[in-house]
Amino acid sequence: MSILINKQTRLIIQGITGNEGLFHTQQMIKAGSVVVAGTSPGKGGEWVLDGKVPVFDAVKVAVDATGANASVIFVPARYASDAIFEALDAGIELIVCITEGIPVQDMMKVSSYSKQFHATIIGPNCPGVLSPGECKAGIIPAYITQRGNIGVISRSGTLTYEVLYALKQKNFGVSTCVGIGGDPIIGSNFMDMLALFEADPRTEKIVLIGEIGGTDEERAADYISAQITKPVVAFISGQSAPPGKRMGHAGAIIDGSTGSALGKILALETAGVKIARQPEEIVDLL
Amino acid sequence: MKLHEYHSKQIFSRYGIPIPRGRVALTASEARQIAEELGNRVVIKSQVLVGGRGKAGGIRVAKDPKEAEDLATSILGMEIKGLKVHKVLVDEAITFDREIYLGITNDRINKSPVIIASATGGVDIEDTARNAPEQIVKVWINPLLGLRDYQSREIASGIDLPHPYWKSFIEITRGLWSVFQNLDATLAEINPLVVTQDGKLIALDAKINIDDNALYRHLEMNELRDIEAEDPSETEARKYGLAYVKMDGEIGCLVNGAGLAMTVMDMAKLHGGMPANFLDIGGGAGAEKVAAAMRIILSDPKVKVILVSIFGGITRCDEVSKGVLIAMREIQNNIPLVVRMVGTNAAEGLALLDELHTHVFESLNEASRVAVDMAKGVPA
Repeated sequence: MSILINKQTRLIIQGITGNEGLFHTQQMIKAGSVVVAGTSPGKGGEWVLDGKVPVFDAVKVAVDATGANASVIFVPARYASDAIFEALDAGIELIVCITEGIPVQDMMKVSSYSKQFHATIIGPNCPGVLSPGECKAGIIPAYITQRGNIGVISRSGTLTYEVLYALKQKNFGVSTCVGIGGDPIIGSNFMDMLALFEADPRTEKIVLIGEIGGTDEERAADYISAQITKPVVAFISGQSAPPGKRMGHAGAIIDGSTGSALGKILALETAGVKIARQPEEIVDLL
Repeated sequence: MKLHEYHSKQIFSRYGIPIPRGRVALTASEARQIAEELGNRVVIKSQVLVGGRGKAGGIRVAKDPKEAEDLATSILGMEIKGLKVHKVLVDEAITFDREIYLGITNDRINKSPVIIASATGGVDIEDTARNAPEQIVKVWINPLLGLRDYQSREIASGIDLPHPYWKSFIEITRGLWSVFQNLDATLAEINPLVVTQDGKLIALDAKINIDDNALYRHLEMNELRDIEAEDPSETEARKYGLAYVKMDGEIGCLVNGAGLAMTVMDMAKLHGGMPANFLDIGGGAGAEKVAAAMRIILSDPKVKVILVSIFGGITRCDEVSKGVLIAMREIQNNIPLVVRMVGTNAAEGLALLDELHTHVFESLNEASRVAVDMAKGVPA
């Protein structure tokens, strides 16, 4: 078992004909994903990757033709919110938006509109979802993980890879790894993913990788003490970050008294979460 | 991107929000001239992009043009929280009965804009939230519907604003919402909005922050950017699309990915050192971009060692090394490199760096510990 994606997931790639879209589609197929279609407005009717994947002009058409139920978005930032609206309207159940740089107000509109659908949005500005041996919907390198029983949730990209890599070196495997994204407004937060991991029979332990900015980790801490029975280990980055400065991710900013690493660490510790002082220590704490 | 008060006020004015008469001055004599035009008492306000200007002595009232000139002389050139004052806003002084706080920002939890008002203005809203939370009214705005008038009335009622002011208050909230929405603001704030002795509402201060991700559709904002208020290396970094934040330490950091870049800084601190910078070269950076990043790090005279930590995915380690080489050959100042590379083309990347006598480590923990030691002068 895994969360969000599995062997039954039928993926569509929005923005499949761009460099990144094409490259990562290849990687997803290599990792065992079933990619049934791609979209690229104006290129409907073409085929990519040696005729293996059909391209459609619109998501709805692609869904009707292929029965796709999940989408991965590589569309440039200024068109990405449109791509999410399109996926929602086409009835896609899982939408993973990799794109970085989407305006906050666009994402707020997406979030408001999405309430009338039963869809899960992951991201934007995220590396996506990987269930080793089952399916990959995003850009997390598959070779740095192996199948196992640890669920990983993270707000970052390469830092997550570090952790996955460290886990694999000590022979720990992963049920699913979810990058929820580094933007201030994201489709799914820590709590949403914790709930899924709690319910997933394969997942036995959970690793949470947070960072400065917002209060999602604090809310996750409350949720963990109330609802989560599985052990959780966390790492929070940005302990040395100055207040008021955006640290790369649009959402990684200490705003007045809100969003400091220390506040998050204290909240998680109070909830019984073990805190790693550095990524390599996560493995020791598991 | 933060806008100056005088820019924010000009924008407010265009959206029908009443502001005091006034203009910005670059010199003390200009300030005097503006004071003469305005007549009466004026307020001299330093234009720097930080809070706490008043406490720092950057906001003063002048009773006549002569005093305006004197005060402007002392304020221009002063430093407030490390930022030098290059401009002052000279506004007519307004006498008022009451100060209100009114602002719109993004609520990350509810994923929608929220309009916040407080019966007590003129103080930091965070202080009010801590000390007198009962004075704060919040109303969430559906981004697809926008702010509705009934919500503005809810706010007016919540802060006990007398009925005669409601009409102009609603116009101001509408204006503020339009500013927020049309400019892709992440903050549009009036603190304080005052009730004058002759019964008007006027925005005495103005603050607008714009979403950096939305600047592509507000190109006119580029003209409002205050380059003088930024660290030159941060301006340079933006040109290359690098996320860079200048810090005070001695360990330069070259990293791919924001979370990892923060972690590398944290590790330096964990081992008793101090990072010189935050730097994320982004995903899939080419040699030229990396070289630009290295030049920025090397331009910081405090840097004693550079810690390179790359986890290759879409980013290719050999491409990063090529960029490092370009900059190191160019600058030749013998700053040692501590390198950790994992992932795509890591072996090729490390081989390319051979000529630089780098210190290579498999573990990030080890690499950061050694970088800290080297910055302290301990031989590796």
